[in-house]
Amino acid sequence: MEAPIRAREILGFTLLSLLFFVCRSSPSHNLLISNAERRIDLSSHIVKVYLTLKVENAGSTPTSEILLAFPPTQVDHLATVEALVTKGKRKKTTIVHLDVKPTELPDAPNETKYFTIYLANPLNSGESTTLEVLYLFTHSLEPFPAEIGQSESQLVFYRDSALILSPYHIKQQTTFLKAPSTKVESFTRVEPTNRAGTEMKYGPYEDRPSYSFSPILIHFENNSPFPVVEELVREVEISHWGNLQVTEQYTLVHGGARHKGVFSRVDYQSRPSLNGVSSLRYLLARLPPRVHSVYYRDEIGNISSSHLRTDSRKSELEIEPRYPLFGGWKATFLIGYGLPLQDFLFESSDDRRYLNFTFGCPLLDTVVDKLTVKVVLPEGSKDPSAVVPFPVEQHFETKYSYLDVVGRTVVVMEKKNLVPVHNSHFQVYYTFKPMFMLAEPLMLTTAFFLFFVACVAYLHIDLSIRK
Amino acid sequence: MAAPEISTAAVPTLYTNNALRNAFGGVLAFFILLLIGVMAFSIRLFSVIKYESVIHEFDPYFNYRVTQFLAKNGIYEFWNWFDDRTWYPLGRVIGGTVYPGLTLTAGTIWWLLNSLNIPLSVETVCVFTAPIFSAFASWATYLLTKEVKGTGAGLTAAALLAMVPSYISRSVAGSYDNEAVAIFALIFTFYLYIKTLNTGSLFYATLNSIAYFYMVCSWGGYTFIINLIPMHVLLCIVTGRFSSRLYIAYAPLVVLGTLLAALVPVVGFNAVMTSEHFASFLVFIILHVVAFAYYIKGILTPKMFKVAVTLVVSVGLAVCCAVIAVLIALVASSPTKGWSGRSLSLLDPTYASKYIPIIASVSEHQPPTWPSYFMDINVLAFLVPAGIIACFSPLSDASSFVVLYIATSVYFSGVMVRLMLVFAPAACITSGIALSQAFDVFTRSIKFQLPGISSNTEVDAAETSSATAKAQNDAVKTEKSEETSKNRPSKKSKKKEKEEKPSTKAKSEKKRLLALPLDSSVISLLLLILLGAFYVVHCVWAAAEAYSAPSIVLTSRSHDGLHVFDDFREAYAWLRHNTDVDDKVASWWDYGYQTTAMANRTVIVDNNTWNNTHIATVGTAMSSPEKAAWEIFHSLDVKYVLVVFGGLVGYPSDDINKFLWMVRIGGGVFPHIKEPDYLRDGQYRIDSQATPTMLNCLMYKLSYYRFVETDGKGYDRVRQTEIGKKYFKLTHFEEVFTTHHWMVRIYKLKPPKNRIRGKSKKSKSQKTSSTSNRAKRSGTGKKNPWH
Repeated sequence: MEAPIRAREILGFTLLSLLFFVCRSSPSHNLLISNAERRIDLSSHIVKVYLTLKVENAGSTPTSEILLAFPPTQVDHLATVEALVTKGKRKKTTIVHLDVKPTELPDAPNETKYFTIYLANPLNSGESTTLEVLYLFTHSLEPFPAEIGQSESQLVFYRDSALILSPYHIKQQTTFLKAPSTKVESFTRVEPTNRAGTEMKYGPYEDRPSYSFSPILIHFENNSPFPVVEELVREVEISHWGNLQVTEQYTLVHGGARHKGVFSRVDYQSRPSLNGVSSLRYLLARLPPRVHSVYYRDEIGNISSSHLRTDSRKSELEIEPRYPLFGGWKATFLIGYGLPLQDFLFESSDDRRYLNFTFGCPLLDTVVDKLTVKVVLPEGSKDPSAVVPFPVEQHFETKYSYLDVVGRTVVVMEKKNLVPVHNSHFQVYYTFKPMFMLAEPLMLTTAFFLFFVACVAYLHIDLSIRK
Repeated sequence: MAAPEISTAAVPTLYTNNALRNAFGGVLAFFILLLIGVMAFSIRLFSVIKYESVIHEFDPYFNYRVTQFLAKNGIYEFWNWFDDRTWYPLGRVIGGTVYPGLTLTAGTIWWLLNSLNIPLSVETVCVFTAPIFSAFASWATYLLTKEVKGTGAGLTAAALLAMVPSYISRSVAGSYDNEAVAIFALIFTFYLYIKTLNTGSLFYATLNSIAYFYMVCSWGGYTFIINLIPMHVLLCIVTGRFSSRLYIAYAPLVVLGTLLAALVPVVGFNAVMTSEHFASFLVFIILHVVAFAYYIKGILTPKMFKVAVTLVVSVGLAVCCAVIAVLIALVASSPTKGWSGRSLSLLDPTYASKYIPIIASVSEHQPPTWPSYFMDINVLAFLVPAGIIACFSPLSDASSFVVLYIATSVYFSGVMVRLMLVFAPAACITSGIALSQAFDVFTRSIKFQLPGISSNTEVDAAETSSATAKAQNDAVKTEKSEETSKNRPSKKSKKKEKEEKPSTKAKSEKKRLLALPLDSSVISLLLLILLGAFYVVHCVWAAAEAYSAPSIVLTSRSHDGLHVFDDFREAYAWLRHNTDVDDKVASWWDYGYQTTAMANRTVIVDNNTWNNTHIATVGTAMSSPEKAAWEIFHSLDVKYVLVVFGGLVGYPSDDINKFLWMVRIGGGVFPHIKEPDYLRDGQYRIDSQATPTMLNCLMYKLSYYRFVETDGKGYDRVRQTEIGKKYFKLTHFEEVFTTHHWMVRIYKLKPPKNRIRGKSKKSKSQKTSSTSNRAKRSGTGKKNPWH
């Protein structure tokens, strides 16, 4: 698996670097970036990139679209892109979030992928603005060596370009890379390059044309565990009797360097600082306040190693997997909890109800490869629709639960490659008549009534042939 | 205990109208029964409340896995299920080798609930099957005892059974084993038999066969029924209680029951081929002979009859001889003489320990100790004799059955701890009878002594006695209609007929004579209630403390709170998620079922100990030195070896403590493993005095590998000693996982070394020579039985 990807990457990089001097005509050529600063945070397994761009409109026509370019290898790992503009001066600054959408350009060199940032008000000729862009990469740290023993620490590669890939001319740019520790084995030098403690500075580079690229490779120690949830199914079941039941099914894997050879408990227990430093010992889930009846189990029963701390603002559930997870080890488990309905269900102005709930995974600092959120509406609810702040795949299902006759509508939303940033709220709107709440109790009473009637009838009927 | 108090309290009601009283009593009895059912169910929930809703122990995991398969794939797939995840490489035909009753029951409940859109998981249904069926069992006990001694005794017996510790031990929530449903089936079959015996109705006889069929489906213990009922029939015939009712109760059971039993794949032709069933056929023949004799006697004059008897006896003897000769020939042709090992060890308690170590190694196949009687049936042990006496006054068909039931089950329970379970219902029934009769006597005497209500008591006394006699009266009525049985009605029915006639007055006078002094009866009553209270307290304690542990999770209470040892599931979860799905795991057979169910990995041997050689192979590997063991395991395609080790935390039932059985079972098939090699002067020890064979065997090494590094001394807390060999290395195995408390350790077989060209020839020649020469192999040469 690894080898062909790397080969492709290298090929891509070389091709891109060939384009170093190639100047291309692009529709937005009237823009240029006067100053760019990029800070890459490599401390956890989610790579965070903060990009500050000072964009100048050197052309004659006003424009409101700014393009961000990503090499195709990175775009697969790109979890989220956010852009914002700070307005006002000093103390009165307000932050305005901007729309970011993936864009296809017909003449993209080497399958470069683009995102367009839509400015709130168009940038007039000669004006400039400062954009803050945040984007996160998952699965971008490649463990090397790919397999480590229990007592070894985890070393990873990070690949990027010293120069920011951009369709615009960049006058001045600097890149800072922050490693989690001072233990950096090697890094590519693209002069001027400096290293100070955990931070590496590339640049400043002056006047680089568009699509400049200069691959760099950093090899450093990252002993934080890489918790990756391969698949997460969250089921939110609404009961109008006052409870919101959440069930979350996890398939967890340690995404770091694979564990090799023996696992010795005696070493692990007696020398925890040296042994299994990158192993995943526990996870922290942040749950909503007023959570009750929390359970943590897997397919073979309850897992007893968990702690729940609640206060008025949040609840924290600390869970330990059954065994410490080393690189490549897997575990599956299930977390369930109940929540008071009034905290999450509201009535909208048009007489509909809506559920307001968080979308992402409650585990901190975790990458989710595939998330399925299922909202089970009560039986008899109509016209469901979901509002999610980012694109998701949606469809509807029907689920039969306790004594259902027509079944409950389930709104299913799927999304791939999630990071904690996706823990934003989504809404599911639906209409529901409270009469349906009584359907099941009435059904039960009727059934019992009929049963007793049948009993009475049976006792009063003489079925014998002979008198 | 609430039952007798309420039922006796219900008697002195102010209603003079008898019908209304009866109706009231019926409703009361119904509610008491309902409460007994609720109690039987809820007293078994301690395990769920204290621990969790989880399947317990070993065998239930297999049943759970089978039920999962059934729920997923349906009944037809189930019958044809060939399980390739166990007994590798042999596999096991599950559909043909399990008693399907339990699985089908739980599967049906699950299916029913799911078709009503109640989405309970298979696990939940399995966990709660046993408590539900213990409620059924207590109701069945009520019915059975009611047939024997009336409603009061029935309610008391049901209440006793609902909480008898012996039964609780096998039917707590999560204990999803055959016995859970089988005890209900057993009691219900007995009830239907007694009911048929009392009524002579073919309807009940048919139901009886069906109940017997359910019992055959559920548990191998059905042989107890098919031997006990013939014994009772024989007893009835011998004591001159033959009647057409007896014939109706027995003949359809044998014919229909055997046909139905043969439908169960695991029984099949065993229903007619094995010795366990021969007694029933023999009695069947005797019954026919007797019936025929009575018939002849009815149509012939006494003189002619005498002639006929001599004729029949001579012919009969000849036929019998022929049949017996054929039987002996059949039985002698089979290697175990037609008896399965377990049944043989029932008859001869020393059989198993002498010949079949695999049966003797199971703790529940050991004879019980005296304290375990007190633990499991508590005060019932003292009430049983009283109950037996009560059964003799008056002795009826039904009560003679109870006496026979208790006599045989006492014997069987003395042979095997496990069969205490069969004894418990009998103890409950007799104790229920004893208690209820005692209450009856005491309350009646109190009533006679107390002034003012003596007028009521007359009616009352008549009422109670007529209630007890009601069942027998029914029997008498049916008897009247039948011509054949008129000749010789049993003594009991004669007595009853007489009793019907005299006025209630005469009877009450008779009762007055029997009355005890007021103070003594009040005190005795209080003492009886105290005894009952003691029983209840003991049962609740047993249910809550002794029998609620699921054994896959262990807890210990220390000064800093509750400590949970969840190591087994930790290991199984690790195996499940971090090994290849087709990897084979070798462990001692105890953990086979759990490994397949929880870890979903193929095992070599499991708790269904059907292949002794295979188990012996694993035992041999565990008792061999590392290299030989590696070769055995490698030839079995084993990738991981799992051992259970309790030395760090003091968990006594670990593999080192079971190790001698591995040696014995292994040595039973592969003679190069000799038990004395592992013992120093007849003592089993693992300290520095242990034999070198012991210190070098695989089990020792896998258990104690790097154990010394935990405390520097290698002190084993189970054996209370320092281990003999502390520092050693493994050459053919590597440790891949050890659980938090070291209770489960998993090792991986190292891959075979690359062969160096010069050496490969040599080893090859060795191999060929060893395979060609079988005698040499078992000697000093290769110790791998699979090559």
